[in-house]
Formats: sequence, structure tokens, C-alpha cells
Amino acid sequence: MEYFLEIFLGGLTRGSIYALIALGYTMVYGIIQLINFAHGEIYMIGAFTALIVASVLTMLGLNTISILVLASIAAVIYASAYGFTVEKIAYKPLRHAPRLSALISAIGMSMFLSNYVLLAQTSDFLSFPNLIPELKFIEPYSHIIRSNEIAILVTTTAVMIVLTFIIKFTKMGKAMRATSQDREMAMLVGVDVNRVISVTFIIGSATAALGGVLIASHVGQINFYIGFIAGIKAFVAAVLGGIGSIPGAVLGSLILGWTESFATGYVSSDYEDVFAFIFLVLILIFKPSGILGRSESRAV
Amino acid sequence: MKTILKVKNLIMNFGGLRALDHLDIQVREEEIVALIGPNGAGKTTFFNCITGIFPPTGGEIILFPPKKKSKRANRLKPNKITEIGLARTFQNIRLFQNMTVLENVMIGRHCRMSSGIVGAIFRGKATVKEEEQVVEDSFKILKKIGLSEYVNEIAMNLPYGAQRRLEIARAMATEPFLLLLDEPAAGMNIQETKDLNELILRIRDEEKISILLIEHDMRVVMSLSDHIVVMDYGKKIAEGTTEEIKNNPVVIKAYLGEDIDA
Amino acid sequence: MNKLNEIKKSFLASLWFMFLTFPIMVIRVNTVQKEIEWRWQNMFFVGISVFFLSFAWRFLFRQMASGRKTIEAGGLDKISLMQQIMNEPKMYYPILFAFTLFAATFPFIFNIYQVNIMTTALMYVVLGLGLNIVVGLAGLLDLGYVAFYLVGAYSYALLNYHFGLSFWLALPIGAFIGALFGILLGFPVLRMRGDYLAIVTLGFGEIIRIIMENWNEFSFGPSGIANIPRPGFFGIEFSLQGSIIFMYFFMICLTLFTIFIVNRLRNSRIGRAWVALREDEVACQAMGIDRTKTKLTAFALGATWAGMVGVIFAAKTTFINPASFTVWESITILCIVVLGGMGSIIGVIFGAFILILLPEYLRAFSEYRMVTFGAVLVIMMVFRPQGIVPDIRHRFKHQGSMVLGGKTKK
Ligand SMILES: Nc1ncnc2c1ncn2[C@@H]1O[C@H](COP(=O)(O)OP(=O)(O)OP(=O)(O)O)[C@@H](O)[C@H]1O
Ligand SMILES: [Mg+2]
Repeated sequence: MEYFLEIFLGGLTRGSIYALIALGYTMVYGIIQLINFAHGEIYMIGAFTALIVASVLTMLGLNTISILVLASIAAVIYASAYGFTVEKIAYKPLRHAPRLSALISAIGMSMFLSNYVLLAQTSDFLSFPNLIPELKFIEPYSHIIRSNEIAILVTTTAVMIVLTFIIKFTKMGKAMRATSQDREMAMLVGVDVNRVISVTFIIGSATAALGGVLIASHVGQINFYIGFIAGIKAFVAAVLGGIGSIPGAVLGSLILGWTESFATGYVSSDYEDVFAFIFLVLILIFKPSGILGRSESRAV
Repeated sequence: MKTILKVKNLIMNFGGLRALDHLDIQVREEEIVALIGPNGAGKTTFFNCITGIFPPTGGEIILFPPKKKSKRANRLKPNKITEIGLARTFQNIRLFQNMTVLENVMIGRHCRMSSGIVGAIFRGKATVKEEEQVVEDSFKILKKIGLSEYVNEIAMNLPYGAQRRLEIARAMATEPFLLLLDEPAAGMNIQETKDLNELILRIRDEEKISILLIEHDMRVVMSLSDHIVVMDYGKKIAEGTTEEIKNNPVVIKAYLGEDIDA
Repeated sequence: MNKLNEIKKSFLASLWFMFLTFPIMVIRVNTVQKEIEWRWQNMFFVGISVFFLSFAWRFLFRQMASGRKTIEAGGLDKISLMQQIMNEPKMYYPILFAFTLFAATFPFIFNIYQVNIMTTALMYVVLGLGLNIVVGLAGLLDLGYVAFYLVGAYSYALLNYHFGLSFWLALPIGAFIGALFGILLGFPVLRMRGDYLAIVTLGFGEIIRIIMENWNEFSFGPSGIANIPRPGFFGIEFSLQGSIIFMYFFMICLTLFTIFIVNRLRNSRIGRAWVALREDEVACQAMGIDRTKTKLTAFALGATWAGMVGVIFAAKTTFINPASFTVWESITILCIVVLGGMGSIIGVIFGAFILILLPEYLRAFSEYRMVTFGAVLVIMMVFRPQGIVPDIRHRFKHQGSMVLGGKTKK
């Protein structure tokens, strides 16, 4: 039973991280119908920024809590700045180009960013400091859940609540919903579409960066390649839930997280990365619109 | 005259929206039928359903190709329907933009050709002959439609009116018995519209192809159609000859705000 | 005034990128030794280069906008010389002949090392031409192309290991198995929309590689398979040097063969259907083209070539392991197609030579290869989506009344 619980919670944590990344995919897709291949790299850059800032601050002798806060803030700011810039350079000029062009541009961006970090930093794994303090009261249960995991769950929940609030109740949220329904129409009624797209990229990147910081301090090491695998899995989660749908992204992420967790816990860990893909193929064949997605029929 | 398209109780739902509501439409041999109605009435959706692009939610679509058995077309794929003999143009022009005008028409001939990969690689006598024939046929079609001056231009560089004509040429190349035209006169000037009028009549009279036409330009509709069907909110609200439609109070009400100067 | 404005824009861009690259480019932490290295000079470099690059960026943008205007105004056919050469066998046969002569004498002029590199470049030409069918002509973004390459390589390695199958037998078998995998993957995925197709094929490529890494009993895992024999020729066994030269000539023949086939396919009924499919799927179906079947042929044919080159790769290196077949390999081939010009045969040949030979000869820059490839993809898409040698559509002559170059004489 305890083993089951451990795996269950492991899957929940895993799923929460995927959710933080998947949000960016699903929001961007909802607004400009583009798979932002570079999104995984934004998450990786968030993690790297946090690592670098944390290391510098450790040298300066700050205490853990302020390091955690400052490193997270830096990660969020930088990831957002990267997301914003990537959109301006690689996607904005292609807004009216064929979809294939934008997709190739996105792949190029992804490759550029991951190799840029490889060259500027290192190809080795860097050990990531554990920024999240151990909580006393869960120590008796530490074999089941650690404070890291609690931090992940709490952050994800908080992010979801804030995001839902933004999208439901703010003016920007309304503009985002309008743009994703019909961009031309939104433009006609006075929505500044370029700004909406930029904000979408910024929000998506910021949540991905939070995910990056949390997972890095949970796993304890990072390298330039983490964005690729995490990115693909988060994308799978977004598609599973129904791309374009925010609750869908969360649901899809949790399902994927549990599947992976139970499969590696009870079957074998060799093929851990294969499950996501098999999942993806099966969904796309049998229910391409995902669990909560609108089924879309092309306008002709 | 023989019926060639019979649509009974056609329903199409998009989620909660019913775009086609128990629609009954018939087209007979060598007839020009106009389908009119306000924006969003469901005219294009009707075309999409009968050409297999959207599978209809309910109802019957039956095709009666000349000299062949009738066929229920509800669940057929678009290319099968084209093979049987429906061809269409698109409201927002959908040419193969980076291909030449001639190639666009040659694509239309695709379903009337047979050579495969092996033929393409070895290029035997039959393939070469077929290719030559296709080029020949396509030239002829372009000449008929009045596009021979553009043969080797890239499609997207054509003037707007010529692009609309090329859509018709491409559809004609599939050898249809019923041609569906979705707002062929949209965006054309007066002269171009007049030429188009003549072209459509010629297609019917010389090629013996029936035509189902969506059009907002009432001059075109009134001068061409043998029969008019009026739609609103996915329903058929009236049908009849031009005279009957012109004087129908229901139609005038549906068009309130839009002018029908005929 | 205008100049000042330009300088201001570049200056701001430069500041922004200095900020953006600051943590990653300037600071480097060594988490083992707990050391931090500050590389302020990098910030300086970024600032300077962005300052100038942003001028270039805006210049290219204006260039592109004005180019579009000329086309709209009817000023077409900038490439008419190229078109004429392409349409006129009398023009391109001499050029072809010169190339053939160069290719034939190459191994006797240059040393073995160069010959080996050239063989590799030719392999990428063929891979590029194969992927060009899928991406360039049919418009299907296949990011798992390397999977078929892997399948080909392992087919030869394993068939040879277990049954002693020769290279010449393995070649068609590898091609066939490649095609088979293409069809197997194609059936489920070709119904998907373009962007889903991209990610599923990418996943498929990774799955195959992961399976090869873990299924030790079948594929010998990460340590791979060694001692794969090089090909002989009608019973002749070559020395190492002879074998390299033989491989080179074999690749020349295969390249010519591929060009021949792809060119024929391109100008055929099926080739036109591929391009139409790329241009507009809905219109294509409405014109009576069977979408699934057409996509499947493109996919399977592309895979055939990958399978074939896979066999050659195994024979050339005599050792394979899964590490040679990562997603980067797929992206490199994609880059060749995109840089050269999607759909264009000459373009792909150029693309392969540029992207494979340049990093070989500019050894100092070879570590920047992947970064450059990424940038190339983005820049090409933004500024020149048609590639360096754009695909030129075939012009037809008719009854003497039409002339080349898209113009009509009355
Ligand atoms: N693919 C689709 N998904 C959802 N709704 C659709 C789709 N296509 C059409 N509709 C809806 O169906 C209704 C009918 O649209 P349709 O395009 O058939 O109108 P129409 O009569 O052709 O109008 P117009 O004269 O403007 O061309 C509209 O309300 C439209 O929004
Ligand atoms: Mg319409």
C-alpha cells in the first residue's frame, strides 16, 4: 500500500510538472495554432538561469529562502524574456506563411536554443542545489513524499488558480479568448492581437520556468537536453487533454504522469520515454481532439 | 427531365449549431439552379456536405450519374464523389498557388488518368501517351475558359478574375456532370461578370453540364437560373422560377436590408 | 533623422540581447569545484554583433517587402535563366557532362580522406532527395526520417551477422524494409494534421532508437554491431583504399540513379498530386485525389531511400550503434532540404554539399554546427522559404504557340 501511495504521489508530482509546461503549449496553440517546439528549451533556460543565479547567490552567502525566491524570480523573468523574443524573431514574421514554414522555424529555434546553452555552458550534467527546505512535520512520511513534491503540488495548484482567474476575469483574458476564437474578428473589434500573442508567450514561458526550477531542485541535476524530452512529453499531455484547453492540459498531464509512474514502478523503467509516444499515437488515432478539446472541423 | 442530384432531409450540426436543417434540393439534367440566401445561411456548408468534405449529420444525398447506376453519397470521401462526377469551386479561392495554370488543370485530370509509380519511373508508351493527352486536354479546357494567355504562369500571380476562372477550369477538367460554383462572381467587375455569365451558359449548353450556383449578385442569379432555391438559417424558405422568387414576400423579408435589384 | 532612428533601434536591440544572454553567456558555474567564471567579453561580443545584425535583419525585411511588391506588380521571372536551363536538355547536358567529368576524376586528384568525405556528402544528397519527396513535394513534415535510415542499417548489419547476407542482397532488402516501415507508420499517422504528423514521426524515430538501445538480445544495445563487411564487387575483395574509392563511385551512381528517379516522379501524375497535396489538401481531395494513398506513396518512397542509404552507411563505417541515429540526424537532413529549396532537386544537392562539406572543412567551427543549423532553419523560413535554388515548375510547350518562361507569343 505504501509503495502504491509512493508511486501515486510520484505520478502526481510528475504530472504537475508536465502541467506547468503543457500550459504554455496549449495556450500558444490555442491562439496561433502553432506547436511551439522551442517551449521545452524555454523551460530548460529557466532552470539554467535559476541554477546560475542560485550559485552566485550561494557564493555571496545568502540564506536558502532568499536564494530560492530570487532564483525563481530570475528564472521567470528570463524565461519570459526569451519566450517574448523567440516569438518576435521566429514566429511573428511567419504569421501569414504556410503552417509548415512556422513549424520548421519552431524546430530551428528549438535546436538553436538548446545548442546555444550547450556551447555557452556545458554538455555535462550540472548538479542543482536543493533550494526547497525540508519541512519538519513531514519527516515521518519522507519515504512517501518529500517537501520538494509538496512544493511542486502547491505551486502548480496556485498557478492554475491564478491563471484561471486571469483568463476568466481580466480584460487581457477576455482578449485572449476572443483571439483564440477568431483572430480576424478579434482584430476587427479592436483587440491588439500582437500584444495578446506576446502576453500568451510570456505567461506560458513564466509557468514553464517555474516548472524548470521545481523539477531541477527535485531531481537535483540539469543539462541542456532536459528541455527536449520534457517538452515533448508536455506536448503529449496537452494533446491528450485536448490542445487549446487549459483544464485539458492539466488533466492530460496528470494522466501521463500516473501512467509513466505506474508503468516504471510496476513494469520496467527501460522504456519510460516510450509510453508518452505510444499514448500520443493512440490518442491521435482514436480521439484527435483529446479528452476535453473541442472537435474542430476546418472551415472551407 | 431526369434528376441528377437529389438531397433529402439533409442535416448538418456543428456542435450546437444546426447549419443545415432538413434541406431538400433537387437538380435536373441541363439545369442551372441558383442557391441564394443571406450570409451564414448555410449555402457553402451545403456544398461541403454534398462534396464529402463534411460528413452530414443526417439525411440522404443521392447522385444519378448519366449512363450509370445511382449512388448514395453520404459517407463517401471527397475524391470518390469527384470521381462519380461532382466538381466544385471554392468561395475563397483555393488554387494550387505555386503550380502553373496548366498544372492546376492537369491536377483536375488526375482522377481520369491511371498511370502509377511504376509508369512514372519507366515512362512506357502508355504513360507517355497519357501525359501528352493530358497536356492536350488541359490546353483545350484553358482555351475554352479563356485562359490560354496564362498557361505557364504561376497560379498565384494571376489577376483575381482569372483565378476564379481557373477554379472553374480545374473543376471542368474532372469531367463532372454537375458543377458546383460557390460565388463565382465575387469580387469581379462588371465586364468580368458579364463574361462569366456567358461562360456559365456555354458550359451548360455546349458541355451539357448542369450547374448549381451560389451567388450574391442578383443580376447573375436572375439572368442565369432556371430554378432558384432560397435558404435562411439552414432551412429552405422558398423555391421556384426567377419570377416566383422575385415576388415572394418571404424571400424579401429574409433579405431585408439587402437589396435585390434585378 | 532616419539614420538616427535606425541606429537607435539597433542600439536598443543590442542592449536587449546583452540583457537576454547575460546569465547564460557571461556566467559559467562549475558545480563540482564550486567556482564561478565571469566572461564579460562575451557580453561585449553579443552587443556588437547584435548591433550590426539588427541592421541586416531590418534590411532583409525591407528587401523582402519590396520583392513582394514587384511580384504583385507583375514583374515576375527573376529566375528565368535558371528556368531556361532546366527546361532545355541542350543547355543542361553540357553542364551535367562537366560535373560528371569532375566526379569521375575526383578520387584520382584528391586523397583518400577527401574521397571519404565526398562519399558522406553524396549519402546526404541521396537522403536529402528522399526526404525531399516527403517534405518538399508532398509537404509532410517528417521528423523521424532517421528511423528508416536506422532500419536500413540494422537490416544489413543483422542479416549479415546472422545469415551472412551480402551487401548487394541487403541493399534491396534494406530498401524494401524501409518502405515497409514507412507504410506501417504511414497508415496510422497520415490522417493526422500536419503538425501532429511532425511530432508523431519525431516520436517514432525516438522510439525505434530507444528500442535498439535497450533490446540487447536483438540489437546488441548501445554497444552496437561491429565488423560489418564492406561490399565486394563480383567476387573482387577490395583493399581499404580500394574499397573507399569503390564506395565513392557506387555513391555517384546511386546519386545519379536517385536524381533520375526523383525527377521522373516529380513530373508525373503522382508527382503533381504530391505537390497539389502540399499546396491545398482540401482542394486536392475535391479534385479527385485520394489523400491517404497519395501521402502513403510519398512516405513509403522517402523511406525506401533512407533504408537504402542505411545499408550503405553500415557498409561504409563497418560499425553501427543507436547513437548514430538521433533526432539531430533527422534535423540535419531536414535542414538540407529546407536550405536547398523544398521540392527542388538541384537545391537539395547544393544544400547537402554546403551543410556537410562546410563543417568538415571548417573544423574550427564544427562545434557550432547545430547552432548554425537551427539558425539556418529560422532564417530561411523568415527570409527565403523557397530555399537557395527554388523549385521551378515545369513549363509546357504547345503547338508552337507557347514559348518558355511563362510568356505567350500571340
Ligand atoms: N467548419 C465549421 N465549423 C463550425 N461552424 C461552421 C463551419 N462552417 C460553417 N459554419 C457555420 O455554419 C453557418 C453557415 O455557414 P456557411 O459558410 O455555410 O454560410 P454561407 O451561406 O455560405 O454564407 P456566405 O454567404 O457568407 O458565404 C454559419 O453560421 C457558420 O458560422
Ligand atoms: Mg459561403
